[in-house]
Amino acid sequence: MSRFTLSSFPPNQDVFDSFYQDLSRRFVATPPNICQVDMLASSLQMMYAQTCGKCVPCRVGLGSLQDMLQSVLSGKAKPDTLASMEALTKTIKDSADCAIGTEAADFVLRGLKECAEDFLSHIKQKVCTSSRIHQTTVPCVAYCPAHIDIPGYISLIHEKRYDDAVKLIRKDNPFATACGYICEHPCEEKCRRKMMDMSLNIRVLKRFATDHAQNVSTPPCAEPTGKKIAVVGGGPGGLTAAYFLQLMGHQVTVFEKRKYLGGMLRYGIPNYRFPRVQLQKDLDAILSTGITIHTETEIDGLSDFIRLRQDYDAVFLSIGSQLDKKLKLEGEDSQGVISAIDFLAEMGDNHFSDLQGKKVVVIGGGNVTMDAARSAIRLGASVQIAYRRRKEDMTALPEEIEGAIAEGCEILELCAPARIETNEQKQVKALWLQPQIIGPYDAQNRPKPRNADLPEIHLDCDIIIMAVGQSTDSKRFGEAGLPLKWDNFQANETGIENFPGVFAGGDCVSGPATVIRAIAAGKSAAAHIDEYLGYRHLIGTDVEIPSTPFAPVGACGKVIPAQRPCEERKQDFELVELNLSLEEAMQESSRCLRCDHFGLGGLKGGRNNQW
Amino acid sequence: MVNLTINDQSVSVSKTSSLLDAIRSQGISIPSLCYLKDLNEIGACRVCVVEVQGTDYLVPSCNTPIKEGMVVYTHSEKAMQARKTNMELILSQHDFQCGKCVRMGNCNLPKVMGEVKAKKDSFPPNIPPMDWNLQFPLIRDESKCIKCMRCIQVCNKIQSLGVWDLIGSGQHTTIGTSRHCDIEETNCSLCGQCITHCPTSALRERDDNQDLLKALEDPEQISAVQISPAVLTSWGEAFRLSPEEATQERLSAVLHSIGFDYVFPTAFGVDLTINQESRKFLDFFSKKKENDLPMFSSCCPAWLRFVQSEYPELQTQLSDTKSPQQILGEALKTQFASEQNLDPKKLHFTAITSCLAAKDECKSTTADTLADVDIALTAREFIRFLKSKRLDFKNIPQKPYDSPFATHSGAGVLFGYAGGYTEALLRNIYFSLTKENPPLDLFYSLREDQGWKEAEFIIKDKKIKVAVVDGLANARKLIEALLAKKVSYDFVEVMACPGGCVGGGGQPFIDGEELAGKRKPLLYALDEENSLHFAHENPTSVPIN
Repeated sequence: MSRFTLSSFPPNQDVFDSFYQDLSRRFVATPPNICQVDMLASSLQMMYAQTCGKCVPCRVGLGSLQDMLQSVLSGKAKPDTLASMEALTKTIKDSADCAIGTEAADFVLRGLKECAEDFLSHIKQKVCTSSRIHQTTVPCVAYCPAHIDIPGYISLIHEKRYDDAVKLIRKDNPFATACGYICEHPCEEKCRRKMMDMSLNIRVLKRFATDHAQNVSTPPCAEPTGKKIAVVGGGPGGLTAAYFLQLMGHQVTVFEKRKYLGGMLRYGIPNYRFPRVQLQKDLDAILSTGITIHTETEIDGLSDFIRLRQDYDAVFLSIGSQLDKKLKLEGEDSQGVISAIDFLAEMGDNHFSDLQGKKVVVIGGGNVTMDAARSAIRLGASVQIAYRRRKEDMTALPEEIEGAIAEGCEILELCAPARIETNEQKQVKALWLQPQIIGPYDAQNRPKPRNADLPEIHLDCDIIIMAVGQSTDSKRFGEAGLPLKWDNFQANETGIENFPGVFAGGDCVSGPATVIRAIAAGKSAAAHIDEYLGYRHLIGTDVEIPSTPFAPVGACGKVIPAQRPCEERKQDFELVELNLSLEEAMQESSRCLRCDHFGLGGLKGGRNNQW
Repeated sequence: MVNLTINDQSVSVSKTSSLLDAIRSQGISIPSLCYLKDLNEIGACRVCVVEVQGTDYLVPSCNTPIKEGMVVYTHSEKAMQARKTNMELILSQHDFQCGKCVRMGNCNLPKVMGEVKAKKDSFPPNIPPMDWNLQFPLIRDESKCIKCMRCIQVCNKIQSLGVWDLIGSGQHTTIGTSRHCDIEETNCSLCGQCITHCPTSALRERDDNQDLLKALEDPEQISAVQISPAVLTSWGEAFRLSPEEATQERLSAVLHSIGFDYVFPTAFGVDLTINQESRKFLDFFSKKKENDLPMFSSCCPAWLRFVQSEYPELQTQLSDTKSPQQILGEALKTQFASEQNLDPKKLHFTAITSCLAAKDECKSTTADTLADVDIALTAREFIRFLKSKRLDFKNIPQKPYDSPFATHSGAGVLFGYAGGYTEALLRNIYFSLTKENPPLDLFYSLREDQGWKEAEFIIKDKKIKVAVVDGLANARKLIEALLAKKVSYDFVEVMACPGGCVGGGGQPFIDGEELAGKRKPLLYALDEENSLHFAHENPTSVPIN
């Protein structure tokens, strides 16, 4: 044999490498409520198979650890097993020869700490407290915060019953159109199809349904109860609560401080992502139930709040998280520095500034940053984005980042803003950035940047848009006595302590999150307020879901919608994402594995026709 | 109608048929284990899988919707291999000991094994141990369970109690009590419907035959036995006796031959119950206002347990008349003992019933008092006991019941089906109000097969509204409607078991068949051929109070 040969791996190594890709996708698609001890044991088994076999702690220790985990699972562990596992794991981590052993041990150690309660329950009562797989049978439905009947509407789309699909979606979420355009689709995270190839393009299918539905009317309202409910904030959270409460027979009045309804759907998300004309479809449906609206009406201060509580039987606060956060930079209060929230909100009120020839720098790395940057491009500016971490650390959706770059935004990674330079008129002249170097992971398991040993960068610019976070405008409510935590309302689904009849939900409770979480909070508020008032109105639908004889067989690519050509689309604010064709929608919807029928979905009835 | 091609034959079936029923309607045998029509169609066991054109995967025929033009192959090599392997996997987790098992002769596992040619021990056995309180009347044996999930469905859908649920996760998924508590702490009504729908002996009754044997062989004990009407309709099935051969006199003779000193019909106890109950009802009715809550029957022990756990506030509406077998037991140990100069402590009373919850009734109320009934045997245990004696049934000369409790009215046997109690009671009430016997067919509307039936009778210008529910889910629906003031009745009969005692949790059963409907007419016949139809005309019926 020659002294050098090419093949040092088995001939089928490529195939096996693709198996590992499949396996890692499958791991991510683990149903959310599977026994955590079981998953830890299985993960350890996989890691153990990777041992090279040289050093004792990894070759022997991981095996003993595995046996101990199995004894916990089969109900044969003793009370001191947990302590023994911890001790052994620590020693393996301390003394194994390489990352194969130390990382396996570290993984188990973190798992033991995280699931300590479940371990003890397994050992002492032989009961698993972490698995609730039998209650969350359909993975996409379970992961959707509003538990929308996803396999239901996908099968309706497949039969071209678009109106019925919209009816079914509205049973749990009145913003069918909005979510079809901009939902961050947590449902796709756990789509069981990932175990075959890739998740279904659920959001895009939903948009196909709403684009093709013909004026679907809302269900009739129940008998009037005589109860009056005030909703403060006309965004997705508030309007969802209003919609369901109105359907339950109560009379709802929504107070919105801005000129138009929609909250972040209008004042945060630009038209090119979610056209106002589409938002109007959802608003028309919601308002057709008879909700009373007062726009340009702010609930401002103690007396307003007291009057609300007197005049209404219940109050729901859904004011969102719309104050900008400050970085406390030198020069931050100069002319030309604007918060992304305010920048986007202006366009919500139809004020489009002319930024022709201006240089804009956007500071941040989330979706709001991309919204601001891509909007600025469309207003004629040349745009740079400065982010203190790397592109891969950005929290923005990958397609938004790609879109921004394609439209001409330059992304400056690992640049933290240092100070803002102004001219004699106190107007922004330049931004000084301090380059960063990426470093060890922090407590939130993210790689943390720190100042690099490099000189500052000088960026000429006219406008600086700050997109570094949002907070809730809760000060005057705090003065009215409502409990606050970091500016957010301290509330849970059953209400606010010491304030009977006052509920809160959405961004103003959780901090900035997503539209679907706000919608789910509104749905929950509707249920809880209805029950608080002594009722139990059920919301349901009689749409019949098509059955299917077979599950699909064979891996098939996921359909991605096309976008308008870059040069054309960055000149206007019209919709960027193109529709799916009928051919694409039919193929994509046929990929659904119908987990409402196959798997445990079939045992527990698969669906909740009412809530 | 939907057109399918099954094994290359064109076939037309109803749109609502399952694929499994469509295939079976053509005389093709497809094995199934977990399938239970309308109750459990979940495709868990994978033994009913068939091959269908259009997909590479086999489909479970029990819950695959039929579509026009489907092409089905029921016995392709792929399908047969899958059935065999899945059966072998099921067996690897099942403690396969037919010889010792109560289901021997009445179990689908060996049948299916034979049909699919599965071999035991094809896979390394992995049999979970049994861990259960063996004193409880209902026993769950983990080593036999095949996780078909029928018990969960029955307890949820028919009884609305949800005692059973899936526990554990992953490979350790199995059935257990919901809420993870011991069975004694659940709200189990002991209706026994989970037992009669279980495909194996994973769920079975506590077997008290040893206690019976001891009592029969004890020279100091005098053994008496009572047989309930529902058992009369079912005991003959096990010995291939026709209804004409399985007479009460034959059964009485059999019981004497195995060692009982006295054989009585529970129907006598029923007559006592009816006499007491009709007086109580008329008293209640005379004071009742239009929309007050009704009086509920209290002769079904599983229903009593249900009321205690689910609607304790309704306990005041129960009639508090004891169940017929308890009343008869009381009569035996007080009246009969003193008349015959017998020491009641030496009187041992066995009740053979169609009921599982009756076992729970056999407890002394205090340490000093005697139990009315010492052992309650389900019909199934009794049949096993008889089988062990290897008697020649057809040639034993018939023997009547023993006095003084031998005579019973036809009304006394009607208790055995849902609606029968009310029918029997109304016969007495009619006489009490009018001093005349009613025409028998006046109350026949109560004989219909409906889970919730209601009727109104005008007797001597008094309007009496009654309702009958069988199955506890139906009872719950009725109670909720009552509490929401959507309905109102004067009297409600509740039978925990669907169909009433003829479908009781202690009755013999056949997998996949509901036998209550078939057994009911046997009780009508017993009523018809009896010269006495009315409990109040029973000459020996001495009122106990």
